[in-house]
Amino acid sequence: MALLTFESVGLSYGGDNVAHDVSFSVQAGEFWGIVGENGSGKSTLMKALLGLIPCASGRIVMGEGLKPNEIGYLPQSSAIQKDFPASVGEVVLSGTIGWRGLKPFYGRRERELANANMELLGLTPIKKHSYQELSGGQQQRVLLARALCATKKCLVLDEPTTGLDPVVTAEFYKLLHDVNSRGMTVIMVSHDIEEAVKSCSHILHLSCHPLFIGTAAEYRNSPVGRKYLREGEL
Amino acid sequence: MTNLAALFSNMPEIMLRAIVVGTLVSLCASLLGVTLVLKRYSMIGDGLSHVGFGALAIATVLHAGNASMAVSLPIVVTAAFVLMGLTEKRRMQGDAAIAVLSTGAIAIGTLLFRFSDNQYQDICNSLFGTASMALLTDTDMWITVGVSVAVLLLFVLFYTRIFSVTFDATFAKATGVRVNVYTMMLAALTAVTVVIGMKMVGAIMVSGLIIFPALSAMRVAKRFRSVMLLSAALSLVCFFTGFFLSLLIEAQPGPAIIAVHVVSFLVCTLIGVLKRRIRTRKTRSIVVEPPCKAE
Repeated sequence: MALLTFESVGLSYGGDNVAHDVSFSVQAGEFWGIVGENGSGKSTLMKALLGLIPCASGRIVMGEGLKPNEIGYLPQSSAIQKDFPASVGEVVLSGTIGWRGLKPFYGRRERELANANMELLGLTPIKKHSYQELSGGQQQRVLLARALCATKKCLVLDEPTTGLDPVVTAEFYKLLHDVNSRGMTVIMVSHDIEEAVKSCSHILHLSCHPLFIGTAAEYRNSPVGRKYLREGEL
Repeated sequence: MTNLAALFSNMPEIMLRAIVVGTLVSLCASLLGVTLVLKRYSMIGDGLSHVGFGALAIATVLHAGNASMAVSLPIVVTAAFVLMGLTEKRRMQGDAAIAVLSTGAIAIGTLLFRFSDNQYQDICNSLFGTASMALLTDTDMWITVGVSVAVLLLFVLFYTRIFSVTFDATFAKATGVRVNVYTMMLAALTAVTVVIGMKMVGAIMVSGLIIFPALSAMRVAKRFRSVMLLSAALSLVCFFTGFFLSLLIEAQPGPAIIAVHVVSFLVCTLIGVLKRRIRTRKTRSIVVEPPCKAE
């Protein structure tokens, strides 16, 4: 069974219909890029996947024992206050909040997981640093480590590289690849089609309804893909 | 004005009572304040304090006397829920809702005080705090102790969740935390703290008790736990300094405590600026800036 199955999902936001007839399934270990222009419904689709808003029609089925609160989410960096006083360690540890039940404090299991993820993303040396004083790229890595603490199976990223310079963006995609190659399913919402096609295994091109669903290689040769990729080059 | 110093030296247990209440209230206010300031809810505390004034007026008219807090607690907590409900559901803009509730409560409260036997004294006490915190009634004191211990306990038990909800509510919600429950809990805790703090510093200044220590701590500390601890410590220091200062100069304790908070805020701001200066100088000497940053 697929990890996630979207069954003719329709979505509305603030009373407006923003997407309809979205049907596709994500297998464990795939790296999906959900692309499309602003207002194409891709962010709303992501919110529905995270359970933040209900589907207006259709449904999202989770398989392989995935539970709705076991998805690791990396929000747009702008969603977080710039002046929030928190250390890197505190932010990463807070990723464990969903699965540790009603325990009031962090236990050894949570600390070990947080430490492992900080080590994986090279954050151990700045564990005690303040989040607000980090660079944009470092902040994204902290949020990625937090998302990894929340899930063992599926990551959802919302425009993860907005505001990062090209070098840092490339580094970030490399990290995502490492994480993906360890078996983590990754679903990324992005307006950067070029970059998504390079990094993802599968593409969903959304424009209120799916224009394309398939592998990244197929997308390159599809009429939709050719049109959008050429526009990007010009 | 009675000679407070004399009053206290003659009756040490009354002094002890004021200190116990002051310590507990300061702790509650300083911890809650950090979350409220970070969630941009500072004005909610302010709005609720005006509702508290109205609630005290109702208590006075009802001749609740010894149990004024028992009357005002449910009123202010209800107001907090209404305020949060209105803001969360976007029925009304947050600041507008607060303005409506504050001015409405002040107007109705002032009118109600007309029915009190000692109109001006009562209004003055409600606004600026009782002339002496030692004049707390038994009932009020026990309510304060019980309520503030409960606030502190809840805060410690839910500390990690409060951090998550404050830092990134969307992430918390996506991982299954019931964010609304915690927002409502914060609102209720704030309401309760406003009511117990009001006796000490008065309706006008009680939000200062909540906001000042958090703001001061954030100037200096940059980690959540250190901000919390520093906020609590500053709040205690300012309470004791202000309280004894008020005895010394025979003034009301409320304004004295808040005035000390103002000074502490200025000092913390200065320390913050100096810390930043030193740090940038340090990093400048270590890190070689890349020649240019591509956009």
